[in-house]
Amino acid sequence: MASVGCAFFLGGFFNANMASLESYFAFLPWLFIAFVPAVGMRLWSEEKRAGTIELLFTLPVTTLEAVLAKFLASWAFLCLAILLSFPMVLTVAYLGDPDWGVIVSSYLGCLLMAGAYLGICSLTSAFTKNQVISFVVSVFICFVLVLLGWSIFTDFLGGYLALPAWLVDLVSNFSFKSHFDGFVKGIIDPKDVIFFLSLAGFCLFLNVLVLER
Amino acid sequence: MIEVQGLVKNYGALRAVDGVSFKVNRGDILGFLGPNGAGKSTTMKVIMGFLRPTAGTAIVGGHDVTVDPVAVKRMVGYLPENAPAYPEMTVEEFLGFIAEVRGFRTIAQSRPRIERVVDLCHLTQVRRQTIETLSKGFKQRVGFAQALLHDPPVLVLDEPTDGLDPNQKHEVRNLIKQMAAEKAIILSTHILEEVEAICTRIIIITRGKVVVDATPEELHARHAGAQLEEIFRDLTQTDT
Ligand SMILES: Nc1ncnc2c1ncn2[C@@H]1O[C@H](COP(=O)(O)OP(=O)(O)OP(=O)(O)O)[C@@H](O)[C@H]1O
Ligand SMILES: [Mg+2]
Repeated sequence: MASVGCAFFLGGFFNANMASLESYFAFLPWLFIAFVPAVGMRLWSEEKRAGTIELLFTLPVTTLEAVLAKFLASWAFLCLAILLSFPMVLTVAYLGDPDWGVIVSSYLGCLLMAGAYLGICSLTSAFTKNQVISFVVSVFICFVLVLLGWSIFTDFLGGYLALPAWLVDLVSNFSFKSHFDGFVKGIIDPKDVIFFLSLAGFCLFLNVLVLER
Repeated sequence: MIEVQGLVKNYGALRAVDGVSFKVNRGDILGFLGPNGAGKSTTMKVIMGFLRPTAGTAIVGGHDVTVDPVAVKRMVGYLPENAPAYPEMTVEEFLGFIAEVRGFRTIAQSRPRIERVVDLCHLTQVRRQTIETLSKGFKQRVGFAQALLHDPPVLVLDEPTDGLDPNQKHEVRNLIKQMAAEKAIILSTHILEEVEAICTRIIIITRGKVVVDATPEELHARHAGAQLEEIFRDLTQTDT
């Protein structure tokens, strides 16, 4: 609900005067900064605090299996939450004639991006038994990763600091936002898909190492 | 069944376990004694593959825990200190979860096992209660039930009777005794009468080192006329 509300106020949903959800989807990278860490912060922190991690890792599962199982369960939850915004789509479809291809690609981008955010949150929560620390660190990392691709920030780097274009591109290449923007425009670039999946995969790999330490 | 070989475990600069070796055979109930902080729980965590040993290893049922920890975990029922469990689950949900992870995936496979341990550990009256609302003793029983669920050939129990009322203590001891014939069991405890009542072997450790490894009879023969309590005090007090 909050996501829908914010998009109305901040995204200029009505001003756009078009039957599109672009403003809604463009806002999601910012929303996820708080939303995904709220889901992911307890993944490992809570196990450590309650001591159940000792129970879990004396059951016959490998660390990798446990990490993947937790990640997939939370990702499924996030996917469900994202898909619950579907009534928005129906409203737009009722009011106008949206581009269904764009909507599908936007949703795909959302799900993938949520996975990448969640990978980061899972990793940070493995470092501490304190959920608050886990949340704050996750929010910070996700915020930086969105910011790097924000047009205002890249303009600042390129214009004010006069950094060369290739460096600005390199920096923004690490951002969720730059990789997500394509999906919102209806472009499914394999590079973007691979970026999100490999980021999640890499975080989970580190997650296993941290837990086995 | 269990073979611990030259086990060393450091926490940073602190050496919690210092060259512990022993063997436990089928039919043995090993009483693992020692003052607070002696390294009992740490030794058990290493045997279970939860902590990585600094040196040495433990071999359970032919599987080296540093090589194939999952095989060891499959063979052992483990009750960690303070019986951790997921607080928001009910007793039934929790045991169902353990059954599933232990490979009993269908209701037909898990139901009879859950019923058996609920019965054995007298959990019937709390089976639909969430674990966070249980009293300490019942929580402890849930932990014990969880360890028995897959009827493992090896049991590692860290203070299994901690927090139980006298009747339950008696019951748990009898239960352990009954199961002992076809299992290898290690249990740590601070209750010396418990050791006298059920253990077939006694190991006392202080500051990470084994100072006694004997049967109760041998121990009494060696210290003629002394109570176990006096022997324990004699052997461990000089160090602390
Ligand atoms: N995670 C840890 N980090 C640092 N030191 C630890 C840790 N866990 C245990 N220790 C230390 O290792 C030593 C052995 O602890 P352990 O829990 O094995 O003792 P114990 O014999 O089980 O004692 P108790 O009878 O009180 O349960 C203690 O000095 C303890 O302070
Ligand atoms: Mg202990």
